[in-house]
Amino acid sequence: MNEQVQQALMERLVAMADDEVILGHRDSEWTGHAPILEEDIAIANIAQDELGHAIIWYELAEPFTGNDADSMAFFRDARQFRNVQMVELPKGDWAFTMMRQFLYDAYEMTLLARLAESAYEPLAEAADKVRREEIYHYRHSSTWVRRLGLGTEESNTRMQRALDHLWPYALQLFRAMPNDSTLIEAGMFPDLAEMRAAWEKVVVPYLQESDLTVPEVEPIYAERHHHTEHLVDLLADMQMVARSLPEAVW
Amino acid sequence: MTPQTLLTESMLWEALKEVMDPEIPVVSLVDMGIVRAVETDGRNVTVTMTPTFSGCPALVVMERLIAEKMKEVGAETVEVKTVLKPAWTSDWISEEGRAKLKAFGLAPPPVHGGDVNIMLVPTVACPRCDSTNVTVKNTFGSTLCRAIYYCNDCQDAFEQFKPL
Repeated sequence: MNEQVQQALMERLVAMADDEVILGHRDSEWTGHAPILEEDIAIANIAQDELGHAIIWYELAEPFTGNDADSMAFFRDARQFRNVQMVELPKGDWAFTMMRQFLYDAYEMTLLARLAESAYEPLAEAADKVRREEIYHYRHSSTWVRRLGLGTEESNTRMQRALDHLWPYALQLFRAMPNDSTLIEAGMFPDLAEMRAAWEKVVVPYLQESDLTVPEVEPIYAERHHHTEHLVDLLADMQMVARSLPEAVW
Repeated sequence: MTPQTLLTESMLWEALKEVMDPEIPVVSLVDMGIVRAVETDGRNVTVTMTPTFSGCPALVVMERLIAEKMKEVGAETVEVKTVLKPAWTSDWISEEGRAKLKAFGLAPPPVHGGDVNIMLVPTVACPRCDSTNVTVKNTFGSTLCRAIYYCNDCQDAFEQFKPL
């Protein structure tokens, strides 16, 4: 693998890991606070899965970054993270959390199906593994979208508000990174324009059937090194223990 | 352990049957299909394992328990490798493992032949009374690998090992 491909692959793997670790952290904020006990358990499981997946991607990137998963998650600053803004937004209400999870899970299912065919064998193997677990996430979040979309006037209003807020952020998932073309040429990563079309084919009819309207808005097309102010607060919280005791052995 | 005795793979498999799943202490890592391969030159041992759910916090404990057991039976060096391919499936849980899960009160996952999607509809039997008149309460449970059900006949909650 030449240096250019290595660089591009590292950037993508770190971006994938960062999306998972930040979303996992946001989901974990519901632990002890979810609307009902069953959901407290479910969201804690989902959070834990996302952290597990983050570890997989960080470890795949480790030969190129030279850092292990813990240093990547706990000892980098906001400007070094490459997650999309959608996952760093505060958890909001339950409608917001479930809508975000749904949009993200659908993206991940679309991505992982393609990565399972990646020419980079370690990535293909990991994607196939993670995809099987993600089936449970997608099933859960999509059930909530339908239940709340078709529920009461109040629940529908909240879901629509969440969708209006999140849709432009979700589209950032399909913005190419500068070196993606190198990976696409090498058959290692899918073309995001094709992926967006495939994703919309799944989520748009599903949202409509859930009595929700996809807003016509401009995407938030930030590059992945641009963040909202929320990421700094999130990292302060997430990294506090590890940074207070950097020599600690867990 | 006498130093003259050379280790064989079948000896090591037998020993590994004594290494229990840290979260389900009645089934071994062999029953669970987590141990994939064992190799030895008689002194040094390499064990290959694969995770059930990849975020499972018990994975590091499993690695440690495997290494300890191999040392206990006389391995000079132990390497525990983790592979993701082929991805673990609950279909690999042995018949014996399924019986032990059920006795433990954990409904074994149905065999799905590779398509988990079809298993997301409950075809689960209550581990206590065998009734299939059950309701899924939560597809997530007390660990990443468990779901929560309610038996409408014996009117008690139970957990299921999730199909994967």
